[in-house]
Amino acid sequence: MTPTALKVTTPTDRELVMTREFNASRGMVFDALTKPDLLQRWLLGPPGWTMPVCEIDLRVGGKYRYVWQNADGRKMGMGGTFQEIVRPSRVVATEAYEDYWTGGETLVTTELVETRGTTTLRMTVRYASQEARDAAIKMGATKGVEASYDRLEQLLTA
Amino acid sequence: MKPSGYRLDATFAALADPTRRAILARLADGEATVTELAAPFAMSQPAISKHLKVLERAGLITRGREAQRRPRTLEPRPLAEATDWIERYRRIWEGNYKRLDAVLQEMKSKEKKAVDALLESGKPKLRKRRTR
Repeated sequence: MTPTALKVTTPTDRELVMTREFNASRGMVFDALTKPDLLQRWLLGPPGWTMPVCEIDLRVGGKYRYVWQNADGRKMGMGGTFQEIVRPSRVVATEAYEDYWTGGETLVTTELVETRGTTTLRMTVRYASQEARDAAIKMGATKGVEASYDRLEQLLTA
Repeated sequence: MKPSGYRLDATFAALADPTRRAILARLADGEATVTELAAPFAMSQPAISKHLKVLERAGLITRGREAQRRPRTLEPRPLAEATDWIERYRRIWEGNYKRLDAVLQEMKSKEKKAVDALLESGKPKLRKRRTR
């Protein structure tokens, strides 16, 4: 019953791929990914953040916008346009943060495959350019980097 | 920390190849010569040297000064910076997906309750028609 651990890989220099299994039908996972009242309950990021704004116009060419807020009142907005919607197996959408330079829009492809009641979610994040990827990395990079062979091991066996 | 002498995109490009990842995994156990590194692969030494050049340019490995052996050594800093970013990303999403697990569990139990209620109430479609 335990879902498999999240895997994060970098198959090319512009892509990042995440895979994770869920104990539910893909129809349910699709709903949880695309219905605001459900999405607002889990897509929250680091501890302490909520998602007061979640607007989704689920059709090709339709837009979505999410705004997160932390306890200090700091806000972070993100949005984009749906490019492909194949219910319940596939969603392709552009993604751009409102306050960060992202060097053009990032393309996010979400694929759902169901096998015997278990759904595998595969999310591919494709950055617009190498510079965009650098910017994303700098945004997420932490201070005081230390050599860690544990993490090296994780990446190498991913 | 500012990357110095290497770029993260070069790091990721270097890591995208399985042979290069295997070379790095070998070097994590200690320095090795080109001959030693080529041994486990069905590859010529020039082909391995090409991979080593990519890793060197990305700042992931360095070449020893010993003229004869020139052993390669793993440089952990750029790799740590790249893995640190991925690890942070992974942690955030693991948190998200744990919450999603709970949401899905609730959806499933709600659906089950609805089905049970439907079965208990007999034939709801017929009843619905009657009331029309």
